[in-house]
Amino acid sequence: MVKKRLIPCLDVRDGRTVKGIQFEGLRDAGDPVSLAARYAQEGADELVFLDITATNQRRQPLTDLVRDVARVLDIPFTVGGGISTVADVEALLMSGADKVSINSAALARPAFISELARRFGSQCVVVAVDARLVDREWQVMTRAGTVATGWQAVHWCREAAELGAGELLLTSMSHDGTKAGFALELTRAVSEAVPVPVIASGGAGQPADFTAVFRAGGADAALAASIFHFNETALPALKQYLHAEGIAIRL
Amino acid sequence: MEIAVVDYKGGNVQSVLFALERLGAQATLTADPEMLRKADKVLFPGEGEAASAMEALRAAGLHEVLPTLTQPFLGICLGMQLLGMHSEENDTPLLGLLPFNVQRFVPDATHKVPHMGWNNLQRLLGPLFAGLTDADHVYFVHSYYAPVGDYTTAQASHPAPFSAAVQHCNFHGVQFHTEKSGAVGTRILANFLNL
Repeated sequence: MVKKRLIPCLDVRDGRTVKGIQFEGLRDAGDPVSLAARYAQEGADELVFLDITATNQRRQPLTDLVRDVARVLDIPFTVGGGISTVADVEALLMSGADKVSINSAALARPAFISELARRFGSQCVVVAVDARLVDREWQVMTRAGTVATGWQAVHWCREAAELGAGELLLTSMSHDGTKAGFALELTRAVSEAVPVPVIASGGAGQPADFTAVFRAGGADAALAASIFHFNETALPALKQYLHAEGIAIRL
Repeated sequence: MEIAVVDYKGGNVQSVLFALERLGAQATLTADPEMLRKADKVLFPGEGEAASAMEALRAAGLHEVLPTLTQPFLGICLGMQLLGMHSEENDTPLLGLLPFNVQRFVPDATHKVPHMGWNNLQRLLGPLFAGLTDADHVYFVHSYYAPVGDYTTAQASHPAPFSAAVQHCNFHGVQFHTEKSGAVGTRILANFLNL
């Protein structure tokens, strides 16, 4: 049977800097390539790079970085952040990315999802959805979570899947950074509403949070950043824990 | 050793080229029939949709060249599916090298489509899987599959068994991504290069 996936996420800036581990010290800062290789060796099932560079000058450094990472990485590799054209996607795939994650551009023009799916195949189109709990409703946010879209999370996720998304990366902004666990009800609701795999993101703090998001949340994969970067929970130990908990995992 | 990777704009080949590079193998991306014929090994990656892939092969004349190749040949993902007779994906006739018809997975509550992620291999047969066991996992991402038949050299389940790998004479195919399957995938790729 297909296994539940654990996906470390690295924030990259200016094509090289890795956010998060900067706080830890300089050991890996500026060298996302070796960090990526280390995660792969530790048993990461995939890797996600999120480009948080805020300028328009980022494409060349980003594609160079993607190429350097893809050269050493023997697991699937998703790149996201600011992707808005077919040419952006083509450049990243040509550099060795296996999937791209799109967010605001898909909300601004949902047909973008279909265009990418037709051109490159659904397998490489991840639609990232940032949701925030407002008045007991999960609202989809855009532009790095700053602007409400009017979409309810379940409705937008269903729409994205119908348009050709091969996978959804669902982030609860209400849980992100809290380390209080994933948004289980949201994840469950989306997972039951779409036929495609759902990656849950936001709120990972303890190993038990992963058990909960796979079981109660029905997630196919879980993404986390800081708990892996800070080595609070090492990947091999987390995988052993989940295996012992009876979660289907690749050891 | 001359390794050719079939170039028909059939999806992301960069990962395959990088995987070969990690094995120290020099590969050429080509659609030239002569280069394909004289290569020692041919890899045939593929992603995306079957009808447009077949169209691209026809446009390059490769639908007539590939079936005549005699050296070890490895179709990867869609490249494996294209070796069959027919695909349910947009009712597409395929290359006809292996006697299977490609079908679509039907999702249920616990089995998503695409079948995406790491799954273990079962009933391994043949030299491609030397050194591996059915505890080994590889990375899949596909919505269509080849059923199990006499040509099947490895199976996986989602939830029913399907062909994870196939072979007929020199034509091998793997549904999973050898180039993205960690050490297990690297071993399979190395086994292929050693054929």
